[in-house]
This record gives sequence, structure tokens and C-alpha cells, in this order.
Amino acid sequence: MAKISTEKLNLWYGNFQALLDVNASFEPNRITAIIGPSGCGKSTMLRVFNRMNDLIENVKTTGKVLVDGIDILGLDADLVKLRKEVGMVFQRPNPFPLSIYENIVFGERVHAENIRRDKLDETVEMSLKSVLLWDELKDRLKESALRLSLEQKQRLCIARLIAVKSDVLLMDEPCSTLDPQATARIEELMRELKNSYTIIIVTHNMQQAARVSDDTGFMLLGELVEFGKTQEIFTAPKDKRTEDYITGRYG
Amino acid sequence: MKRNPHRTQNIAFFFLLLATLLIVVPVGLIVVIIIQKGFPAINWQFLSDMPRQGMRAGGIFPAIVGTIYLVAGAIIFALPIGLLAAIYLSEYSRDNPLNRIIKLAIVNLAGVPSVVYGLFGLALFVIFFKFGASILSGSLTLGIMILPIVITTSREALESVPQSFREVSLSLGASKWQTIRHIVLPNAIPGILTGTILGLGRAAGETAPILFTVAAFYLPQLPKSIFDQAMALPYHLYVISTQVPNVDEKIRYGTAFVLLALVLFMNLMAIIIRTKFRKKKKW
Repeated sequence: MAKISTEKLNLWYGNFQALLDVNASFEPNRITAIIGPSGCGKSTMLRVFNRMNDLIENVKTTGKVLVDGIDILGLDADLVKLRKEVGMVFQRPNPFPLSIYENIVFGERVHAENIRRDKLDETVEMSLKSVLLWDELKDRLKESALRLSLEQKQRLCIARLIAVKSDVLLMDEPCSTLDPQATARIEELMRELKNSYTIIIVTHNMQQAARVSDDTGFMLLGELVEFGKTQEIFTAPKDKRTEDYITGRYG
Repeated sequence: MKRNPHRTQNIAFFFLLLATLLIVVPVGLIVVIIIQKGFPAINWQFLSDMPRQGMRAGGIFPAIVGTIYLVAGAIIFALPIGLLAAIYLSEYSRDNPLNRIIKLAIVNLAGVPSVVYGLFGLALFVIFFKFGASILSGSLTLGIMILPIVITTSREALESVPQSFREVSLSLGASKWQTIRHIVLPNAIPGILTGTILGLGRAAGETAPILFTVAAFYLPQLPKSIFDQAMALPYHLYVISTQVPNVDEKIRYGTAFVLLALVLFMNLMAIIIRTKFRKKKKW
């Protein structure tokens, strides 16, 4: 069963329609890339999945978005549960101005009171190991997370999601501030994480989509033009617009 | 005659510099004169003794204590209300007519002359609530006067916390209040403190708001409760300078010196906190 699926998803910012009848489904344990030119609605769609668009005034959404079969657009949707399950990695690495340790346990601290110290320690070790930072950072846990390198910060942000036991990782251009080597290492991490997570990555970098994803969706002007296996999209696109974008005619 | 642009520039530069220096000169003069004439009066007895012989001798201890009480009272009142209002305005309010009116009211509150606050305090606290002329009435009046300062600086401090921190916190499933409590407030505290201290400095130095609400002309004893009148430094200075004949100049300048030192000290604290915070901040 699809982890996340959308049915006739439409979204307006005021009078501007940013998403147009999007039907898509995202499978667990796969990486799905959403590509398309700037302003095509790919980030907007990503932010529907954890309802971050709620923060913006004047947004109207219609249609259905099912996460584990439950519609999350309803008024009665449990936002806390949704956002724990569907975590987001942002474009700019954004650790809190707290210690490395406190960054990782932040989620756990706000979701439950009086957690035992050794339980928190366990979470920190487990999360940092998952993002391959444990060996580097295990003696620096009390240091401010702001002193890490950009790549370390981005890994820490992923670790922070692992700590709240998310199942879905929404990644909004997670490598756009990183150099090529760091990007390659984050992509490697994504391949490892996909065994336990559903990963959706928005990227304007087509090579990255081709390298890292299993499925790809191409969006243009709010419309999901084409969606399918990455290999097929990149070698034999069915839609002329997809072909034009992939061959670099615009974008 | 052809104009020489270089010369025009020099003339303009000269006037700009002159105008700037003119701002510095009065401040410098005030500080120098007060220190020069006031500092010799300062000794332990002057700071810790009751005024005697109709304020012509002795110390200014009750006025110092009175001012400290008033400032503390003002902040106990203004900080919680101001901070909560600032949180509402920066984190919860949306742009609608009501909130525009609230913001306008705050700006206007800052522009009300301080003597008007004094009359307002007299009408509301002293007479209507029957608190009498008391530390309570004076503190409340001063508190209302510094509310706009506390609100405005707290709001700026809250709004300077990057939006991305709020987004991450919410995206991790924290509620709005948890986000404010754990992420926004801790990062805004230095800015809030700075604003609060600036407000305190203002409250310590004002005469008009306390004139009708608390200040005692001559009361050589310490207040016993918040319903007592008290002496206060700015009013005491006014009294010994204009209302009581034959007060030694040393006492007058000594009082001015203590008041000035108190206010400058608070502003200095605010500056130190702000500088320390700027150095620490890395986003």
C-alpha cells in the first residue's frame, strides 16, 4: 500500500492556484524525486504532506491526501501525530541554537514529560549512528550545534527526525547548500535510510534525481505532468514537456 | 563663478560634523558638570542617612529606597503584561483592524506626555481605586508609562528570532505554545531584558508620573508597606532645588549625581547584555 497518496489535490494561495489536480502515490522504502522548474509547486506539495502550509495565511486546499490511509486534510487531523510521522528536512540546515544533544532530544522532550536520562542518551546514540555522525560527535554532544559544518548540520537535522521516529522524510532541496562531496555523502545516507523510510525529495537538480531516486515526478505550473519509475522518466518520457525539461530546453 | 564641487563637499561635511558634535556636547557637559560638582558630596553617610534639618543636611537614603521600590513595582507590573502582549502581537495576531488598532494604541501610549500619566494615575489609582498616594499607585502609573517600551522592544526581540526555528519546531510536532516556550522565548530573552532595563531607567528618572501618585515632599523614614507614600530621587531633586531655600549646592548636585548614575548604570547594563548577545548569536 502507498504510504502517502493524493487524490485531486488542489491548492490556492489566495487567487493563485499552485497545485492542480495532483494524483500521486508514494511507496514505502523508495526514494521519490519531485523535479520541475522553480515555482512549479513541488515544495508546496511537499509542505502539504506535513501541513506546513497551515502557517501561511490565505491557503485553501481541496482534495484528499492519505497518509497510511487516513485523510490528513480534515479539520480533525492530529497534526502532532502527523508531523511526528512525516518529518521534514529543510533547504538550509537549521539546527536549533542548542547543543547537539538537545537538538536531537528536542522532539522527545516536547512529546513526553520526564523521560529518563538514559532513554534520551539511547535516542541520541541511535539517531547519530543512523546518520553516521556518532563517531565524529560522541565526545562533543554538549557543544553548540551551530558550530558544526553544513553537512554535519544537515545530518543532525535528519537525526533529529529519526529521533522522533518519523516514517516519512520530506526533503526540500536538502543538498542545495552543500558542496559536491557532501552532497554525494548525503545521497549515500539517503540510500541507506530508504530501507526504513519513505523518502520524498524535492530537487531542481536533475542529475541528483536521476542518481538517487527510484521514482520521479515531474511538475510544471502546479500540474504533475508525469510520474513513474526514474529510469523510464529519464530515458523514455511519455510527455513532450517532460522530455523538453529533461533535455534542458527550459528550467 | 564656477563652483568647485570639492569645496562644496568640504563645506557640507563641516556642517554635518558640526551638527553631530552639537549633539555630543550637551550630553558631555551635563555628565561632566554633575560629576564635578556632585561627586565630592558622595560619601557613605550621604547615601545611607535620613535627610535632616528640612533636607538641608543629612542624606538621601529614603529617596534612593523609594526610587528602587517604585522601579521594582513598575517592572513587576509592566514586564508580565508587556511580555504577554508582545508574544500575542508577534506570534499570534494576524493582520486585521483590531490588531492594527492595538499597535497604534501602543505607539500613541509611548507619545503621551509623562505629566498626563501622572494625572491619569491620580484619577484612576489614587482616587478611583482608593489606593491613595502610595507606592502602589506610583508603581502602577510608572508601569503603564513604560509598557510601550517593554512591548515594543520585546516584540522586536521575538520577531528577530528566525522564522526557520519556528518552522522546524512545528515540523517536529511541537505545538505553537511549546515552540514559543522552548525555542522562541529563550532566544529572545536578552532582547527582552535589554528593553526592560531601558524601561527601568526611564521609570527611575521620571518626576511627573510620581508627582501626584506617590512622592512625599519630606518623609525622613522608610515606607512600611506599598500603601505608604515614599520619597523618590527625581522629585527630591526638584524639591531641594526649587522649593526649599538655602539647600547646600553640594547636596543638590550630589542627589543629581546619584540619580544620573542610577540611570546610566541601568543603560550600561542594557548595552552590555546586548553586546554579549550579539557576539553569541550566530544565525
